[in-house]
Amino acid sequence: MLTITNVRKTFNKGTVNEKKALCGISLHLCPGDFVTVIGGNGAGKSTMLNMIAGVYPIDSGKIEIDGVNISREPEHKRAKYIGRVFQDPMRGTAAGMEIQENLALALRRGQKRGLSWGIKPNEKDFYREALTRLDLGLQTRMTSKVGLLSGGQRQALTLLMATLEKPKLLLLDEHTAALDPKTARKVLELTDEIIRERELTALMVTHNMKDAIQYGNRLIMMHEGRIIYDVAGEEKKKLQVEDLLKKFEEASGEEFANDRMMLAK
Amino acid sequence: MSGILVAMQGAVAQGILWGVMVLGVYITYRLLDIADLTVDGSFALGGCVCATLIINHGGNPIAALFAALAAGMLAGAVTGVLHTVLEIPAILAGILTQISLWSVNLRIMSGKSNLPLLKLETLISGVSGSLNVTQAQASMIVGIIIAALLVMVLYWFFGTELGSALRATGYNEDMIRALGVNTKNMKLLGLMLSNGLVSLSGALVCQHQKYADINMGRGAIVIGLAAIVIGEVLMGRLTNFACKLSSVVIGSAVYFLIRAIVLQLGLKTNDMNLFTAVFVALALSIPVLMGKWRARQAYSETGEEDV
Repeated sequence: MLTITNVRKTFNKGTVNEKKALCGISLHLCPGDFVTVIGGNGAGKSTMLNMIAGVYPIDSGKIEIDGVNISREPEHKRAKYIGRVFQDPMRGTAAGMEIQENLALALRRGQKRGLSWGIKPNEKDFYREALTRLDLGLQTRMTSKVGLLSGGQRQALTLLMATLEKPKLLLLDEHTAALDPKTARKVLELTDEIIRERELTALMVTHNMKDAIQYGNRLIMMHEGRIIYDVAGEEKKKLQVEDLLKKFEEASGEEFANDRMMLAK
Repeated sequence: MSGILVAMQGAVAQGILWGVMVLGVYITYRLLDIADLTVDGSFALGGCVCATLIINHGGNPIAALFAALAAGMLAGAVTGVLHTVLEIPAILAGILTQISLWSVNLRIMSGKSNLPLLKLETLISGVSGSLNVTQAQASMIVGIIIAALLVMVLYWFFGTELGSALRATGYNEDMIRALGVNTKNMKLLGLMLSNGLVSLSGALVCQHQKYADINMGRGAIVIGLAAIVIGEVLMGRLTNFACKLSSVVIGSAVYFLIRAIVLQLGLKTNDMNLFTAVFVALALSIPVLMGKWRARQAYSETGEEDV
């Protein structure tokens, strides 16, 4: 599925602001893997997702999806393989366009866009059905502008859009961090449901250690641009938050002083 | 009295022909969220290309319109490449093309700053002759037909997959790129379409006024913004896209009508640019100031109980 080999990225190389964001990351995902990614601020979690998505070019290393080397493909070409949900609910949808228009744009992810009509009539039933499954009442508001929806609704819609056309890889970058706890829970459960049902391969960055343990079949922990802990299967199921904290201290050799991660216990 | 009516008729006709330019400005300013200053240059470009073809090459007036359209698209492509490939900020990219077009336009007109069409046949004089109507009426007929056609074509285009992707680029670049669209190409396409229409409008206005002038596009962008704002005030509640496009042309006609009226009331032509600029500044700032004022009014120290 996804294979990352020794990927490095340094921002502002050769200046006083030099920041080594990724120091030789290697990772292999099997089809159907749902991997949660944790780590402190600046650990390189988001950078890793952005490198996979092609937001910035990598300095060295290789990124492959199903054996296809995408290391040097531009972001819009990688979209053929990758569905994405961002942290900011505003970033994943076009506020000024209708719900069904947004879905129609998403259905054509990675395809050539020509001069045929943007929404075909027979697609609308499919959208209505998909929206019904979100259980947010959006199926009756298909012609409403997305800007009228709440943050949670928009994030759920973005999730639907990212998976409408089955992606080879789903990237979730703290996609519930900007939502209130109740909505975050709902969106997270929806995420889990969609990933299971559609048998997707996914990488989910989170700051919440409980969620990282509860969801997915594999967990990786990052620190200063490296993967310092990688656990899967039965071993992951038995994990406790305390184990993760201890693991972090062990691997990084320092007190775990990240407020956000402590609070997220 | 009838003199004023004739003047009004001329103003509306002129407004509709300029409305084609405003459609172009609408694509960049409202749909792509880019303030494209190429417009002042590409409008004059259309006039210059059209006049030169008709006078020096005995060109067919309709063919001259298509030539102007193509020339405008080329100008838009220059701004587009400066902005997307070379990553020059959109406003500066537009200014660069606009400035260079001044020289290009003079070259097209062989160094003359003004080219009169005199008695040469234009699309408008042709319509006027064959339908036996005045020049102003002929301009209006030609303008309405072309504007209506363009509204239909644009309505269709922005409903297609490609057009939707272009609109989405204006609303949320990150999102549509994540959905596999090359947003640079979309901006390039939008700038080409926009300047093509602007240049076509310049050619129509040239045929209407029977001359091309190196300065005919000066302030065009401001007129475009004024027309868009007027259209939105008049028909802002209509959300249908075809209505929005039509409102842009109607806004342009109303702008030229207002302009004719204030000129009749004694405003000097030389002060017109100042008047338009103040008008646009007010139109753009009033909604912002009103919002702030309302927010301030809504404040109360104790607050109201929720019912």
